Amino acid sequence: MRYIRPLSIEDAVGQLAGSSGTAAILAGGSDLLVRMKGGFVEPDLIVDIKAIESLSEIRETAEGFSIGAAVPCAVVGENASLKKAWPGVVEAAKLIGSKQVQGRCTIVGNLCNASPAADSVPALVAAGARAVVVGPGGRRTIAVEAVPTGPGKTSLAKSEIIEAILLDKRAPRSGDAYLRFIPRTEMDIAVVSAGVNLTIDEAGVVKSARVAVGAAAPTVLLVEEAAEALIGRKLDEAALERLAKVCAGACRPIDDKRGTVEFRRKVAGVLARRAAMTAYTRAGGK
Amino acid sequence: MAGVAVSTTINGDNVEYLCQPDETLLDVLRDRLGLTGAKEGCGTGDCGACSIILDDRLVCSCLVLGAEAEGRRVETVEGMAHGDTLHPLQQKFLEHAALQCGICTPGFLIAAKDLLAKNPDPSEEEIRFGLAGNLCRCTGYDKIVRAVQDAANVMKGA
Repeated sequence: MRYIRPLSIEDAVGQLAGSSGTAAILAGGSDLLVRMKGGFVEPDLIVDIKAIESLSEIRETAEGFSIGAAVPCAVVGENASLKKAWPGVVEAAKLIGSKQVQGRCTIVGNLCNASPAADSVPALVAAGARAVVVGPGGRRTIAVEAVPTGPGKTSLAKSEIIEAILLDKRAPRSGDAYLRFIPRTEMDIAVVSAGVNLTIDEAGVVKSARVAVGAAAPTVLLVEEAAEALIGRKLDEAALERLAKVCAGACRPIDDKRGTVEFRRKVAGVLARRAAMTAYTRAGGK
Repeated sequence: MAGVAVSTTINGDNVEYLCQPDETLLDVLRDRLGLTGAKEGCGTGDCGACSIILDDRLVCSCLVLGAEAEGRRVETVEGMAHGDTLHPLQQKFLEHAALQCGICTPGFLIAAKDLLAKNPDPSEEEIRFGLAGNLCRCTGYDKIVRAVQDAANVMKGA
């Protein structure tokens, strides 16, 4: 096993491309080191990306925000400007693990670990976040929902690294929210979760919306029909009922000790409904 | 396996060591440097017994590679007391009997130190949330919370 700490993303990609055997990218390590200890992975090469300066910053630009791949969630949670624009994304990132884990874990790691129950992912999908992927051929930008393809699997090639997550500049009267169900008060893995992001007009009518459900299928689901249930309406009871029903119907959950299929379906609807109400209030709707 | 040469700062001292690329910082501290304050409870970041402060961030040292400490600042429980004078948190843990078996204690002390550095006057709820990443199977947490509250009062007056 080799451990390297490249200083540029191009060098990191080159090292990955040139390596034989298995390679792992190390950012916060809160998933990787656990899997190494459990014997589930034994990488021949560990590429620590934390010395690449541009990956350690949150940048606010004219287009929105760029969150570097090595930024710990604790830093995401302390960024007042990001929190104001995207409170749902920030609250989701803050739910990952304990304070100790927050000091290390990253949203890109959460995305690339590809757990269907990843907390930050439904919020990012609802937010329409994009991932900047760097590979030997250069950069490409893809929708966050295109990254995980199944539990523990991503669409990334071996020599590709996600450099940053991009979030758009906020339109006026917009809000987002993320909620999960766990049997404890914190430090647990989502049994089911939902993220909602919406924009309303002056009259409080939803102009655009995105709804995502987590821990209810092999990957986080973007539920377009659920967004359609909200668009063009105020958040009245009928719209909320329809939203909950569509989300419950879109789930393809597993039955396990943490929740039955029936329970997960019902709670997905309840959480989507509550998240929509919070997002609506944050957007200034009444 | 070739060793990784690491130069770092631990409790204010410059320290150099060689470690394996897959060796955790917890194992380096305990097995190579003789700093056995941080404990291995779960080894998977759940229990907080291995908590340390890395560049002003509370982390589980079982989830950090020894190699990653290069050029960074590490604070462990061994750096809390000054000679024979205990840190107020240590003193208050003793006075409030905030420990029984003691395995979790170094992690709690470091986590509480980090908490008070960022929030010198925490509410009981803030203490409970702030220390939620540390598990104790003996005390039921009440005495720990009271010790931290008391230490916070002492430290504010200092």
